[in-house]
Amino acid sequence: MSKRVIQQLDNGIRVILQEAHNAPVISFWVAYNVGSRNEPRGKTGLSHWVEHMLFKGTERFPAGVLDREIDRAGGTWNAFTGTDNTMYYETLPASRIELALEAEADRMVNAQFASEDVESERTVIISERQGSENSPTFWLMEAVRKAAFTQHGYHHDILGEMDDLHTITREQLHTHYQTHYSTGNATIVVVGAFDSATMLAQINEHFGAIPARPAPELYVQHEPEQNDERRITIERGGNTAFLSLAHRVPDGTHEDWYVLEVIDSILTGTGTGLETKTTRLHKALIKTGLAASIDGGMSETVDPYIYSLNATLTDGITHEEVERVLLDELARLSSDGVTDRELNRAKKQARASFAYSLDSVTNQAYWLAQSAMLGNINWYDEFIHRLDAVTHEDIQRVAAKYFVPEGRTVGWLIPTGVADDYDYEYEEAEV
Amino acid sequence: MSASQHFALPDENTVHRVQFDNGLTLLVYHNPNVESVVLRGSLSAGSVFDSIDKHGLASITASLLMSGTQTRDFDNINGELEDIGAELEFTTHNFRVMIDGRALAEDLLTLIEVLADALRHPIFPEDELAQELTKRQTELNYAAQNPRYMAARKFYEALYPDNHPYHYSTYGSITSLARVTREDVVRYHAQQYSPNNMILVLVGNVDTNTVETIIGNYLGDWQTTGLPEPTLPIVENPQQIKRVHLPIADMSQTDIVIGAIGASRKDSDYRAATIANSILGEFAMMGRIGEVIREDLGLAYYAYSRLEGGQGRGAWHINIGTDPENVDLAISKALEEIERLITEKVSPDDLQDNQMYFSGRLPLRIESTTGLASALHTIQRYDLGLDYLVRYHDIIYSITTDDVLNAAQRYLHPERLVIATAGA
Repeated sequence: MSKRVIQQLDNGIRVILQEAHNAPVISFWVAYNVGSRNEPRGKTGLSHWVEHMLFKGTERFPAGVLDREIDRAGGTWNAFTGTDNTMYYETLPASRIELALEAEADRMVNAQFASEDVESERTVIISERQGSENSPTFWLMEAVRKAAFTQHGYHHDILGEMDDLHTITREQLHTHYQTHYSTGNATIVVVGAFDSATMLAQINEHFGAIPARPAPELYVQHEPEQNDERRITIERGGNTAFLSLAHRVPDGTHEDWYVLEVIDSILTGTGTGLETKTTRLHKALIKTGLAASIDGGMSETVDPYIYSLNATLTDGITHEEVERVLLDELARLSSDGVTDRELNRAKKQARASFAYSLDSVTNQAYWLAQSAMLGNINWYDEFIHRLDAVTHEDIQRVAAKYFVPEGRTVGWLIPTGVADDYDYEYEEAEV
Repeated sequence: MSASQHFALPDENTVHRVQFDNGLTLLVYHNPNVESVVLRGSLSAGSVFDSIDKHGLASITASLLMSGTQTRDFDNINGELEDIGAELEFTTHNFRVMIDGRALAEDLLTLIEVLADALRHPIFPEDELAQELTKRQTELNYAAQNPRYMAARKFYEALYPDNHPYHYSTYGSITSLARVTREDVVRYHAQQYSPNNMILVLVGNVDTNTVETIIGNYLGDWQTTGLPEPTLPIVENPQQIKRVHLPIADMSQTDIVIGAIGASRKDSDYRAATIANSILGEFAMMGRIGEVIREDLGLAYYAYSRLEGGQGRGAWHINIGTDPENVDLAISKALEEIERLITEKVSPDDLQDNQMYFSGRLPLRIESTTGLASALHTIQRYDLGLDYLVRYHDIIYSITTDDVLNAAQRYLHPERLVIATAGA
C-alpha cells in the first residue's frame, strides 16, 4: 500500500491522505465527530437532520447546484449519519476533485438553514421515518434498543423520535451545526490518484482559512449497569414473527470486541459481510426449518453497544423454540468452544473480505475515516491482525463474559394477522 | 493527456476473449493491483422459460444449485467456499440466471471447480427443495406486508397481461411454488442449463491464459444445448389510466409506482430513452421528479424514475414513498413531469448535463473489479463490441434533443399509464 500522510492544519482540521494509483479517481471525505449518541431527549434526530440541511445550499452554491455539478463531473456524493459520527463524501474523476474541496470547505461554515428549507426537510425526514416504520423489524429493533439503553443516546434511532421530528426548531438545528461543525471536530480523509504534497496544498488553500474553533464537549449520557434480563413484546399487523436477542458488548476498540467479531462470523457469517450457509446458526435455525433468516448485528462503536441476533421465524414456529436454540448455541460457545476449522475459516474470511473492501477508493476512504472516528487511524489496518490473534480460549472466555442474562434484552414481534377481506381494490379511472 | 494514457480503458487489446466449441464465451481482464478475483457470468435459464402455473421454477432451480452435487453435499459445497472466504451466487432474472462470485486470487481454482460442479452435477435433494419452499412461503407472507414490494407487484400485474412472464414475480408466488416438484426442477435443469450462450467474465489478479486453461478444463467438455430464448407476447400500455390500490394495515407511508412499458436494451432508441429517464428522475438528486416532489414540496424521502431495459421490454416507472395524505398530490406532480417530458424538447443544457454525467461517470463505474466485470458482461451480453468503453463517449454525445423527445414520446403517454399504490 502507498504511503499515508497524516497532518493537522493550523486551524485544527486533521488530514489523512492515502495515495492509490490504480484508477483515475479520488474519494474525498469529511467526518465530524457527532452522531445520534450525542443527542439529548427531546432533540433526537438533530444530527441526521443537520446532515440533510447541508445539502440545501449555501450562498456560493445554492441548492441543487452541486447535485448538478458533481453529476456533470461524472462523480457521486452522499453523506451518512451514524450513532457516533457524520460523514460526507465525494468520489470524482481525479481531474475534477477540486469540486469536492470547494463544496466541503464551503458547507463546513456556510450552510444556511433557511426556515423554509428546514420546514420542507422536516416533511422529507418524517417521510424517511415513515418508510422505515413500514418495516416491522424497524419497530422491533427500536424497541430492543430502548429497552437495552435507558440513559445513553444509543437508546434512540438515528432518524429521531417522531415527536421530536415534529417539534425540533430551526434554531436548535443551527446551534447543533455551529457547535459540532468546528475545525477541531473535523477530519478529512482522501484516497486515490493524487500526489500527497499537491493534495495537502489544495486542502490548505480551501480549508486553511476557516477560523479555528475547538472540538466541543460532546453530550454523552453514561449508561448504568444492567442487572437483569429485559424483555419486550410488540404486536403488529402481518403474518411474520421476528425475534431479536441482544447482549451488551464493549466498544469497537476493546480487545474483546475482536473476539466477538470472530464469534459473529462463526455464528452467522455476517461479521465478514460474506454470504454463508454453513454457520452454526444457519444449521441450527435455517436447516432445521425454524427460521427463514438469521443475521448478526455487530458494529464498531465508540461506546459499549449491543450484539444482536435477529431471526425471521418460519410460519408456525414459536418464539420460545427459536429463543431456546439461540441461547443453547451461545451457551455452547463457552462450554465447548469452537473447532479449528471454524476459527481458521473466520480468519480467512476476514482476510478475504478485507481484500474485497480495498476494491474501490470510496471503500478505502470510508474505512480510514471510520478508523479515525474510533480514535485509532490504524484500526482497520490492524483489523485482520487482531482477528488473527484470537484464540480458542478467547472465544470461551468472551462468550462466558457477555452472553449472560444480566446483559441480555430479548424482543419478540408477534404478528396479529391480517383481516379476511384483505383483497386489493381495483379500479380503472381517470386521475 | 498523460492521465488518460496511464489509465487506458479496457479494450480489445487488454480484454482476453475466447469462445469455446460448446458456445461458452470467456472474457478475462488482468488487474495486478488487487488481491482478489471477481466472477460475473450468466446463462440462458431465466424465468421467461417458466410455465405460468409454475412460475418461480427457474428461480428455485438456480437457488438449489448450491444444495448438493453428485460428489458434494450441502455442507461440502458451501463449506468449501466458506473456508476460503469465497462467494458464489446464482440469481434469476427474466432471461438469464446471473452468476456472481469472488475469491482471493490464490483460490481461483476452487471457485471454478465449485462453479462447474454446481452447474453440471447438481442433484437437487428433496429435503433441500422442501426447505427452500418453506423459506419462500415465509418470505412471501412477509413481503405481502411490505408496501414498497407490493406496490411494485401490483404495478407489474396491471401493466403486463397474464400471458406475459413480466406479469409474474421471478421469485414465484405461494400458489405457483406449491405446484413445483423435484421432478420439475430436475427436468428444468436438464432442459435449460447449458454452456451454449453462456458468458463468464473474470477480472482480478489472475493470469489470462491460466484462467482460459482452468475454464477449459472444467467447462470445456460440457456438451448440452438449451431451448432458444422465447419470443415474448407483444405488449401494449392500457388504453386509459389504470389505477390499483392495495391497502395494508398499520402502515405509516404509501408507496407509489407510476409507469408504462419501456424500451428494450436492444431498441435503437434505448440510449436516448436512458437520457430522457435521467432528466426525468435520476440526474442531480433524482432529476425533475426529485426536484419537484422532494426538494420543492418536501413530499417524499424517495422519488425517482427508472428505465429497466433488458432483453425484453421492461417497464419505465416513477417510484415515490409518501404520507398517505399526499398521495394524490405526488401523483399529479409526477404526471405533470411526464407531460412536460413529452411535450417540451429538453434544453441543450439539460442534454449536455446528462451527456457529461453518463460519459464522465465511466471511470467510477469501472474503477472496481466488480464494476468492470459487470460492464464487460453487459458488453458481451448485448454484443456491444470490446471497444465499447472507448466508443462510449461518442455514443453518448451523438444523441440529440430530438432523439430524447422522440424516445419519451414513444414510450410515455400520460393517459395510458398504470398507477399502483400500496400501504395506508
